[in-house]
Amino acid sequence: MAAKKASPDLVNSSFSFKSLKLKTKQQELLLRVSILGLVYVLAFIARLFSVLRYESMIHEFDPYFNYRTTLFLTEKGFYEFWNWFDSESWYPLGRIIGGTLYPGLMVTAALIYWTLRFLRFFVHIREVCVLTAPFFASNTTLVAYFFGKEIWDTGAGLVAAALIAICPGYISRSVAGSYDNEAVAIFALLLTFYLFVKAVKTGSLSWALGSAFGYFYMVSAWGGYVFIINLVPLYVLVLLITGRYSMRLYVAYNCMYILGMLLAMQIRFVGFQHVQSGEHMAAMGVFLLMQVFYFLDWVKHQLNDTKLFQTFLRITVTSAILVGGIALGVGTASGYISPWTGRFYSLLDPTYAKDHIPIIASVSEHQPTAWSSFMFDYHILLFLFPAGLYFCFKRLSDATIFIVMYGLTSLYFAGVMVRLILVATPAVCLISAIAVSATVKNLTSLLRTKQKVPQTGSTKGVGSSKSSSKVTLDQSQPFHKNGAIALLVGVFYLLSRYAIHCTWVTSEAYSSPSIVLAARGAHGNRIIFDDYREAYYWLRQNTPTDAKVMSWWDYGYQITAMGNRTVIVDNNTWNNTHIATVGRAMSSYEDEAYDIMRSLDVNYVLVVFGGVTGYSSDDINKFLWMVRIGGGVYPVIKEPDYLVNGEFRVDKGASPKMLNCLMYKLCYYRFGELVTEYGKPTGYDRARGVEIGNKDIKLEHLEEAYTTSNWIVRIYRVKPPTNRL
Amino acid sequence: MAARIWIFSVAVALFLSFSSGHDLQIVNAERRIDLSSHIVKAFLTLKVENIGKDPAADMLLAFTPTQIKHLSMVQAMAITGKKKKKTYLPLDVKPTEQPDAPNDTGYFLVSFATPLTPGETVTLEVLYILTHSLEPFPSEIAQSESQLVYYRDSAVILSPYHIKQQTTFFKTPSARVESFTSVDPANRAGKEIKYGPYEDRAPYSYAPVIVHFENNSPFAVVEELVREIEISHWGSLQITENYRLTHGGARHKGVFSRVDYQSRRSISGSSSFNALLAVLPPKVNSVYYRDNIGNISTSHLRTGFKKSELEFEPRYPLFGGWRATFIIGYRVPLEDYLFEAPDGRRYLNFTFGCPLVETIVNKLTIKVVLPEGSKDPSAVLPFTVNQDLQVKYSYLDIVGRTVVVLQKDNVVPTHNVPFQVYYTFKPIYMLAEPFMLVSAFFFVFVASLAYVHIDLNIVKK
Repeated sequence: MAAKKASPDLVNSSFSFKSLKLKTKQQELLLRVSILGLVYVLAFIARLFSVLRYESMIHEFDPYFNYRTTLFLTEKGFYEFWNWFDSESWYPLGRIIGGTLYPGLMVTAALIYWTLRFLRFFVHIREVCVLTAPFFASNTTLVAYFFGKEIWDTGAGLVAAALIAICPGYISRSVAGSYDNEAVAIFALLLTFYLFVKAVKTGSLSWALGSAFGYFYMVSAWGGYVFIINLVPLYVLVLLITGRYSMRLYVAYNCMYILGMLLAMQIRFVGFQHVQSGEHMAAMGVFLLMQVFYFLDWVKHQLNDTKLFQTFLRITVTSAILVGGIALGVGTASGYISPWTGRFYSLLDPTYAKDHIPIIASVSEHQPTAWSSFMFDYHILLFLFPAGLYFCFKRLSDATIFIVMYGLTSLYFAGVMVRLILVATPAVCLISAIAVSATVKNLTSLLRTKQKVPQTGSTKGVGSSKSSSKVTLDQSQPFHKNGAIALLVGVFYLLSRYAIHCTWVTSEAYSSPSIVLAARGAHGNRIIFDDYREAYYWLRQNTPTDAKVMSWWDYGYQITAMGNRTVIVDNNTWNNTHIATVGRAMSSYEDEAYDIMRSLDVNYVLVVFGGVTGYSSDDINKFLWMVRIGGGVYPVIKEPDYLVNGEFRVDKGASPKMLNCLMYKLCYYRFGELVTEYGKPTGYDRARGVEIGNKDIKLEHLEEAYTTSNWIVRIYRVKPPTNRL
Repeated sequence: MAARIWIFSVAVALFLSFSSGHDLQIVNAERRIDLSSHIVKAFLTLKVENIGKDPAADMLLAFTPTQIKHLSMVQAMAITGKKKKKTYLPLDVKPTEQPDAPNDTGYFLVSFATPLTPGETVTLEVLYILTHSLEPFPSEIAQSESQLVYYRDSAVILSPYHIKQQTTFFKTPSARVESFTSVDPANRAGKEIKYGPYEDRAPYSYAPVIVHFENNSPFAVVEELVREIEISHWGSLQITENYRLTHGGARHKGVFSRVDYQSRRSISGSSSFNALLAVLPPKVNSVYYRDNIGNISTSHLRTGFKKSELEFEPRYPLFGGWRATFIIGYRVPLEDYLFEAPDGRRYLNFTFGCPLVETIVNKLTIKVVLPEGSKDPSAVLPFTVNQDLQVKYSYLDIVGRTVVVLQKDNVVPTHNVPFQVYYTFKPIYMLAEPFMLVSAFFFVFVASLAYVHIDLNIVKK
């Protein structure tokens, strides 16, 4: 309105500028496009800290597997990839890669790679993999914009795009190099939701179709698709209950569910699970319910008799529930419908994993979230979120109901598992964006009316009822105006704090590749510990190509990807017994462990040890989990044997079993001769701050093959059995 | 050790008939063999006299079949003048075949600058370099042991000519010599073993000797080196070197103990090496050092006016038989290496060989990637190499770049001499790629303009 007011002035003052001057709508479009463009670029470059600080490299553990498979895909082609039986992992079982992974990420990266090559950009596949996550994060901001626009208005969309571009909760999983499924999955998740909301809003078959394809992409990319296939039916159910059933919803859900299901079943890893497993049953139940609803609607229309319809309703609903219940019962009893998996249980009951599945509980990112990490990852969004919810409830529509449900459910899951903060992030950003956008809009409109009212008063005078209402508003002007300005300043202050916080978190916490460790030296210089790669490259170059390496499963993917050697267990923890066997070997005495290692054809054993550098996430600190997982399958291994009064120790007071188990021996072999810190006795473990309890370690069946320069990785060779003479 | 002298008395008369009528004899010969690194360098000083009736234009150098297999290069120079005013004149040396060569002897033909008239003498200095000629014995050693090697040669010089007087010196890296074959008179003083002087040895005399000594110098062997030199007429030369390095000495056996390696460095792993030095051109920039799995952070670059030195360490120390692969890449300004020949062609003048000091390269491939649109490439080298042409596609290439591939086996640092690659190139081709980018952007904007202005709706709103 201000612009409209300004244009006549402009006509009077200078005529020549008129032709150059953009119309308000064009101005707005230009602003919007340039803001979006900037946000797009910002989302990309904010994730490049690690590349600038370290190098263009793949991070962490799982991304190495993804990188390896992508490399395979680009070298051998899709058909070979789809039918790949990998004998380099899970020796001697092997792993059917094509059937046990979500290929979305690899195919995406390979497609980008092939496209670039077609356009004569001869990039290395590694560069593509490293930059896939930032690229998709940028795309996510676009989807967030459209989503925000759909549920609120363009302003909210822009704010949502800006918030999600730098939200640490999302950045933690999408920095350059973190080439993991989540990198593309969050994009797919938000896209599916957006298209579905759009489909529900318009009732258009094409949007529903788009949503089905978005779902397909999500299924191909990440196991988190289960969240979609449960949230969408839940949403539909809520709409049904609140009496918001419409043909639009019917079209949207049916199309999305049926097509999405058929498409999802094309992914080998999902296959018939989509109709058979308990996790997918809710969607099917809601689908049937929709048909019943539609049928009832039709009958109601036909009967035109309320009493008769009531009876009919009762009978139909009862029989439908009965049939459904029986079907479910029979299905579950006959084993046709598989029960819920442990992972799913652990989501519903946070204590479940700790008692029943130690392998899930042992992963740090599966721990329940602490309050501090919420604050760390969301910062002001945590306070804006409830405010946004308030605005959503105030303007309830199909779309806002969806975002509210998405926000609340995902926030619950985020509380259960640290890594699921990621799933909640888009919802939190969107809802917070509504809060910011609505607040700022209200405040600025307040300011604007004030500037304008005196003008209108002077030119037109108080005439219509509209202006009179403004006049009544004007009476509280001074207070309102100052208050609005103060609040606006406050909002911008908060938002700038958010930006600063996000940059700081990204740079400090989420941009370390974890494969290269950096520390500050005594003189403030940066010291790099590149021991992991040193060890993996040593394995790759100096061991026989068919050597089998036993290590704890954390390092499996890295050993196969960087060391190019066969491993016994890796991060794809599909076989608990196999992992337990390794855990048992690590926690047994050397003789017993030797038998286990012989039976697994192990040639080398790799342990990670932080005693020299003070690196705390080493195998000794993970050791109790090995004992627990090993003990879960082999009752010979008992956790109390390794503890002293319930305490885990490595010094003189440690339990004898602890001091002589394989893991202890391998970590501390000849460590007793070393002075690690000035003024401390030999064999002083810097990671745990104690002098070790067993300094005279003799190895009988193993020999030291290589130890890296900072002792972080130690590799032992398993000796062949001696002649029995 | 009992000295056994095998005299190749195989038809001296026959030999006399084939040596192209020349009748030469070596009046005095001195041979100094440097065994201090794993590259064996032999310096021969020969005083040759023509005792025949016709002038002699060339003479032969003889090598045993094993030596021929390991021979990396042979150079010869004629010395004129006395002590202080010595002048060296490089002579042309090329391998040659001789019919009836006894016991597969290999030959090199040295052409004199001016034919040797009867009775005239000339002093020659010959340098030949042998690789892979030190055999570790014991062939496997533990971390704490030092490396002992065998060197096999003859106490007398193998030659098709009569040698009146000769001496041979072996220089070992340390005073620790386990044993050496005694061929009277032979004696050792410190790092030097002296064989001779021997008088009046017939042609093809041979007296095998074995020297067993300690050699802990780094046996750095590059099994394969691929150097790619990419010429960009926009002002730089990008060099990428792919190394496959191995420790060619006695194999490491048993444990590798980090405690011993880091605390008792003097006695532990004495034959291993963990630092390498590469001599790069001056004004080098954008140097990187990485391998298949990422950047390696242990390197230091010192740039200078005459040369730059890159000191770097592989990820782990190399013990006998251990391998490491890595890539070194750098960029140098174009104007120092690319010139225009008088006939209008351009030529690249660059150094052949391997930048690493004291290393043997078993197989060296140099790929000179010419800019897109270059024609008629030809390479000029002071020695023979295998040449080939390939096509490479790089950023925004349509027809591909011509690649001149030069391949040579058994390369030593002495091969680091300049070579030239000539080609013709029209500067207009330089504009092809920017033009493509500009037009691509142009089309994007035209397309978006068109999209905004065209109404694609079937139904009029």
